[in-house]
Amino acid sequence: MVKASGKRKQRIKWSKLYTFSCLNPRTTDNDAPNQQLLGQPGFSRVVFCNQPELHKIKPQKYPSNYVSTTKYNFMTFLPRALFEQFRRVANLYFLLGAALSIPKLAPFSPASMITPLVFVVGISMLKEAIEDWSRFLQDMDVNSRKVKVHSRNGSFVEKTWKELSVGDVVKVNKNENFPSDLLLLSSSYEDGVCYVETMNLDGETNLKLKRSLEATLSLDDDVEYTKFQATIHCEDPNPNLYSFVGNLEFNNGTYPLSPTQILLRDSKLRNTEYVYGVVIFSGPDAKAVRNSTRSPSKRSRVERRLDYLIYVLFLLLVMISVVNSIGSALVLKSEAAMWWYLRLQENADSPLNPSKPVTSFFLQFVRSLILYGYLIPISLYVSIEVVKVLQAMLINKDMRMYDELSGKAVEARTSNINEELGQVEMILSDKTGTLTCNQMEFRKCSIEGISYGGEINEVDLAASRRMNVDVERYRISIDGSDSTGESIEMFEYSVAEADAKQAVLGCDHAIENSDIEHRRIPASGKEPNIKGFNFRDDRLMDKMWIHGSNVHDMIMFFRVMALCHTGIPVEDGNSKRLKYEAESPEEVTFLIAAQEFGFKFCQRTQSVMFLQELEPSSGIEVKREYKLLNLLEFNSARKRMSVIVSNEAGEIFLFCKGADNIIFDRLADNGRIYQQATTAHLSNYAEDGLRTMLFAYKKIEVVEYESWNTLFTKAKATVGTEREELLEHASEMIEKYLFLLGAVAVEDKLQKGVPECIDKLAQAGLKIWLLTGDKRETAMNIGFACSLLRHDMKQFHLVLSKEAESSHQLKAVEEDILSQIRNSYQEIVKGNKKDVPSALIVDGKAMEVALRSEISNQFLQLAVMCDSVICCRVSPKQKALIARLVKEYTGKTTLAIGDGANDVGMIQEADIGVGISGMEGMQAVMASDFSLPQFYFLERLLIVHGHWCYKRISKMILYFMYKNVAFGLTLFYNEIYSNFSGDDLYDDWYMVLFNVLLTSLPVIALGVLEQDVSADVCLQFPALYQQGQRNICFSWKRIFGWILNATLSSVAIFTVTIYIFSPAALRQDGKVADLAHIGTIMYTCVIWTVNCQIALIVTHFTWITHVLIWGSILCWYIFLVLYGMLPPEHSQGGFHILIEAIGTAPMYWIVTFLVVVVTLLPYFIFSIIQRSFYPMDDQVIQEIKYGRTDVSNKPMWLREQQNSRKRTQIGFSARVDAKIRHLKERLRRTKK
Amino acid sequence: MSSGEGSSQSSSKKSRQPKYSRFTQQELPACKPILTPGLVVTTFILVGVIFIPIGLLSLSASERVVEIVDRYDEDCIPSDQEKTAFIQSDKTNKTCVRSLTVPKKMQHPVYIYYQLDNFYQNHRRYVKSRSDKQLRNPENEDLTSPCEPEARVDNKPIVPCGLVAWSLFNDTYGFSVGGMNLSVNKKDIAWDSDKNYKFGSKVYPKNFQQGSLIGGGKLDEKIPLSEQEDLLVWMRTAALPSFRKLYGRIEQDLEANEMITVVIQNNYNAYAFGGKKKLVLSTTTWIGGKNSFLGLGYITIGGLCLFIATTFIVMYLIKPRPYGDPSYLSWNRNPPGN
Repeated sequence: MVKASGKRKQRIKWSKLYTFSCLNPRTTDNDAPNQQLLGQPGFSRVVFCNQPELHKIKPQKYPSNYVSTTKYNFMTFLPRALFEQFRRVANLYFLLGAALSIPKLAPFSPASMITPLVFVVGISMLKEAIEDWSRFLQDMDVNSRKVKVHSRNGSFVEKTWKELSVGDVVKVNKNENFPSDLLLLSSSYEDGVCYVETMNLDGETNLKLKRSLEATLSLDDDVEYTKFQATIHCEDPNPNLYSFVGNLEFNNGTYPLSPTQILLRDSKLRNTEYVYGVVIFSGPDAKAVRNSTRSPSKRSRVERRLDYLIYVLFLLLVMISVVNSIGSALVLKSEAAMWWYLRLQENADSPLNPSKPVTSFFLQFVRSLILYGYLIPISLYVSIEVVKVLQAMLINKDMRMYDELSGKAVEARTSNINEELGQVEMILSDKTGTLTCNQMEFRKCSIEGISYGGEINEVDLAASRRMNVDVERYRISIDGSDSTGESIEMFEYSVAEADAKQAVLGCDHAIENSDIEHRRIPASGKEPNIKGFNFRDDRLMDKMWIHGSNVHDMIMFFRVMALCHTGIPVEDGNSKRLKYEAESPEEVTFLIAAQEFGFKFCQRTQSVMFLQELEPSSGIEVKREYKLLNLLEFNSARKRMSVIVSNEAGEIFLFCKGADNIIFDRLADNGRIYQQATTAHLSNYAEDGLRTMLFAYKKIEVVEYESWNTLFTKAKATVGTEREELLEHASEMIEKYLFLLGAVAVEDKLQKGVPECIDKLAQAGLKIWLLTGDKRETAMNIGFACSLLRHDMKQFHLVLSKEAESSHQLKAVEEDILSQIRNSYQEIVKGNKKDVPSALIVDGKAMEVALRSEISNQFLQLAVMCDSVICCRVSPKQKALIARLVKEYTGKTTLAIGDGANDVGMIQEADIGVGISGMEGMQAVMASDFSLPQFYFLERLLIVHGHWCYKRISKMILYFMYKNVAFGLTLFYNEIYSNFSGDDLYDDWYMVLFNVLLTSLPVIALGVLEQDVSADVCLQFPALYQQGQRNICFSWKRIFGWILNATLSSVAIFTVTIYIFSPAALRQDGKVADLAHIGTIMYTCVIWTVNCQIALIVTHFTWITHVLIWGSILCWYIFLVLYGMLPPEHSQGGFHILIEAIGTAPMYWIVTFLVVVVTLLPYFIFSIIQRSFYPMDDQVIQEIKYGRTDVSNKPMWLREQQNSRKRTQIGFSARVDAKIRHLKERLRRTKK
Repeated sequence: MSSGEGSSQSSSKKSRQPKYSRFTQQELPACKPILTPGLVVTTFILVGVIFIPIGLLSLSASERVVEIVDRYDEDCIPSDQEKTAFIQSDKTNKTCVRSLTVPKKMQHPVYIYYQLDNFYQNHRRYVKSRSDKQLRNPENEDLTSPCEPEARVDNKPIVPCGLVAWSLFNDTYGFSVGGMNLSVNKKDIAWDSDKNYKFGSKVYPKNFQQGSLIGGGKLDEKIPLSEQEDLLVWMRTAALPSFRKLYGRIEQDLEANEMITVVIQNNYNAYAFGGKKKLVLSTTTWIGGKNSFLGLGYITIGGLCLFIATTFIVMYLIKPRPYGDPSYLSWNRNPPGN
């Protein structure tokens, strides 16, 4: 059966269906100028078709079809990865330190310098390697896809993509991707056309028609390729998707080639059984691959600021090093000669040679740089890496971001920019596949002025419900008094029924909403959900419409639906229902809907369409034949499509469908019966973001038709420039005096949860821009559906005017756009922008002009002021450009989200790139930093994980800096007391362990486990997200505050210890403390201080946090005991130190206690004052939630949630708010 | 286009659903301490209440210590002579007699310290100039590399080598009260770990102070290093340029107002670098020697905490911030729309 239908379809010459294109004279002369280029530099490629072996040798040796997106390979990994690592200033500094430690210039042993460096670099490189490996695996996946390749004698064998080489003839089947750039030879259709989906390349959802040369049409069977040979001369590989220059030498003829014959890699064969093609550009030469850029490594805002912080610390380091070395030089010069016990004059190699103070100065300087290197902690980078990997793991494991349907979870593909998620201010979103499913659904229709399929729109529903709640509350409050007035009002609003589901206040699923709408229609049995048909209304379904009053118009309506299209039925093996294929997805939904209403379009031949119609009088289905006389095709200028058919009785009808204004203009006077009602419905539908189309028809007398037809045929036969005009004129003649039947509304189905997600994100203060390759109407539909647009918004359209477009004068075009921008800007500035929300809709062509450097600033200025921005018909390149300009102009963190290859540029360019791992290709995901199976996970990803990660990383870095500065400065103070000789107070091993064991783990706990507020509170209070946007946790004020705190702590630690351990005895037995003892005591104080400090910062103590913090302190004592047990050669000063000496001295413990309290006091007091007088939002919310305040005080909790939302003009709730304002206004007026 | 997509890939669906665990879902039970006014005040009061007694105890312990400090470097040198030349000469008589008055009764043991000021034992070059391996094991006597410039003399290893040992302090003190000699116990003045582990009992001084430059004291070549406690004490380098080192103990009580006569052999050259030499007699208590800073520190901090606690109480009384007051939320403080 399937086979048969395929055959039948083959017989239809598709091209014949298109009146306009079929007779398009196949002129080739317009390609002529380019032909001269062949053979010139840049156009020298030669391809021997079906002779791939010729391409194995030079000079026609081209790369294989292997495509690699990896950064490294086995050979280059080590040098390149090392190079990448040492591009970090910090790593270079550590390398220098390690190098200096070998000739003993540095104060530490080489081992203690090199080990951490190797560790840090090793971990980072390992991470790189793992990430690259996963890229490699994905490459392998793509490269090992199978395609049928001609081997010899007409037999095709399966080969993997990577084995393909230039010149191979391949056969690609329906719904398969093209393995490389191909020259189309022939297709399953006789006339060699095929349909290609290029969504991955340019994001456009409609299919592109490709057509083979007539010369190669005969090559439509496997066996034909036995002897096939041809030569192609063409351009060299280049990234230009829309051009191709070349010719084909075949059968002693030379045929020019154009982009129409080229099938590009990354596009997909649709609606065509198979095509034959020959590989022209393989692997890295393919245009799509050439278009891709290697993903740049991204760094987060926090990390970039961290760089500056490192510079500040470095400055501090240099400063104290200079002080140290100057001090050292001065001391050497003035006093050192007296220190006989040092014998500095001997051993000239010593850095402390009093006779050479300048040399000594420099050597001491180098030494100090390394000695105080604790100010710039090498381990900070390790800890950040570790924390980020763990954070990414937690993101990946979040069950609330797992999509049951696709079986995919959120994936953080790089862990570098987790915290950036908490600072996003701009979202640039793709439309198709990201916001929408690329799936059309028949939702509503209006026939004879009656709307079917639910009348109330969601906004009205939500608004009325909320009004009712308010009214109810009010009524209760004034209970007892005369409340009739109120009841009347309530009644007025009470559109929603009592059994309505939960309030739609904040977020309710659109799907549930649609259920509510159809509530009054009893669920019609266990009807299987039909794809593309989301319509329930018992007045139309199940043949109920035949009982209607004016059945005639209704039948005509359904006939338009079933006949006015270019679709073809496809038999579905196991179902009674037919499936359809058509050029546009709307047509498919119309056909499916028509089938449901009893008008099944079941067969098409070249000139006849067969319809299985429901006879209203009898209720039986009858098969009818309609002869297709003419088809006036749809295009973007005409915005309508008509068919002229004659029925079995010989009556001729014109069925027309088209955009509202177009149809309204062409109605007959008696055809406007339903116009008023339909218009009202249309605006209702449009506000819901449904795509609408009007249906009309007229009956044509045979005579009239004949006369028109001769005119039309003549026009069709014309060759030349005036042809289009004539055809246009001819169709204009017949497409008038129509009779309006009604309208249909189709929904471009949104992905699950999209409106709610957008609502939430808008409340959190994010701006959302829609960038799509689709046309303006479609984009605006989705804008409405997602509540990015509202009807009461002031819309500014930036379009290239016709004159400007045709004039081709750059200057004029620029002037035009500039004046449009200025006017809109003036209007916004003049009007009170808070009251009148504004939207900017930019067309791709206008965008191209507006993004030119001279204008772009003004354009962006305007765009940023608007509440929502929609860019339509933008190319992938423009998307990337917008992403970059927005990022640069606003300086705000920008997130780009998309699913197709056309979004790759934007994804890579934005600060954060998010790929939707839907059903389409993997390119977007491969280029992205995070991949989501569903758009709505973005909400949780940003508002919960982003917020947490941002706070965690900022807290962690600040604390890390604190602990190292506090520690490092004690070393410096010691120098003042030891004559700047550069001795270290602490044992080498203490120093090494400081960042490795004794203070590192709590930091990681902080970076992984800390939560200021729990996930649900994050979601309830979107305003918390603004902490990240305003970057309050990592502001310079905070950074310097922490440096100050660290300085205070270090001073306290040092002075208190030094003063207390003044020369007097340490213990009762009269023994005094030596250098090692003092060092160990001070070090103990440091360990206690920094670990207690982190306990003050942490607000979320899990058992892990406790174990790590207190365990670290315990670790120190355990280490001391163990270290003291080593033989003295190894432990040196640390030998038996705790057991024998300091541990037995009560002073040691008392001093530790004192120092810890003294050092923490300033921070503690500060944080109390801050909390008492300037509490942060999260602190207050914490208090409300966990504090003693009545938690059951729910209204307050809810009210604050409401308040915390940013005043925004976009999003569902904003629309509801606006509606309510509007209703109240009206109420006030009617009352008066 | 709507057709053909029906071939779902559910068969190849990998179950990547994350498994539930409290850790991965970030739902570990956690304690979220909130600094409530009550908690704050309690903390401060608690700290104050703990600190002041500790401070008082420490201070009283410190006050019980009786300490006599006598700086003698200035007085023990003839004022008419060049100090360094005098101290370096072999021929001059360096004996010096000092008398000290005991201010309060000193219970035995009375610890005798010498104190040096402006002596940088913590200088890098000095600290490193020793060979622990050599000190411990007689077989390692050749391991003198860290000891430069005091490593070898006539190419023979010096034991103990290095600047630390070489600059050994060599003033000596003899005590008498009313003509009666006070015996000075010099046993057990070094740390046990030094005596038992770090310094070998079979390591004897060799070639010590034989070079052209004589640093400080000499050592008896018949006594092993582990028993040369003065050396052991000296080799524990001090952390600060002003330090005391234990010299010995007087194992009898000294009564108040007793006159102690000290006979000092003023050998050590502290004059070259302007150092001070002091003799210290001190008793100890559980916190060690005299150390009022610790007690004062505790009392100050304790007092401060109590003061802060009262301030906060007053502050909370005058201008309380209601706990969890929503009016402090940023969106309520700044009118919306900004």
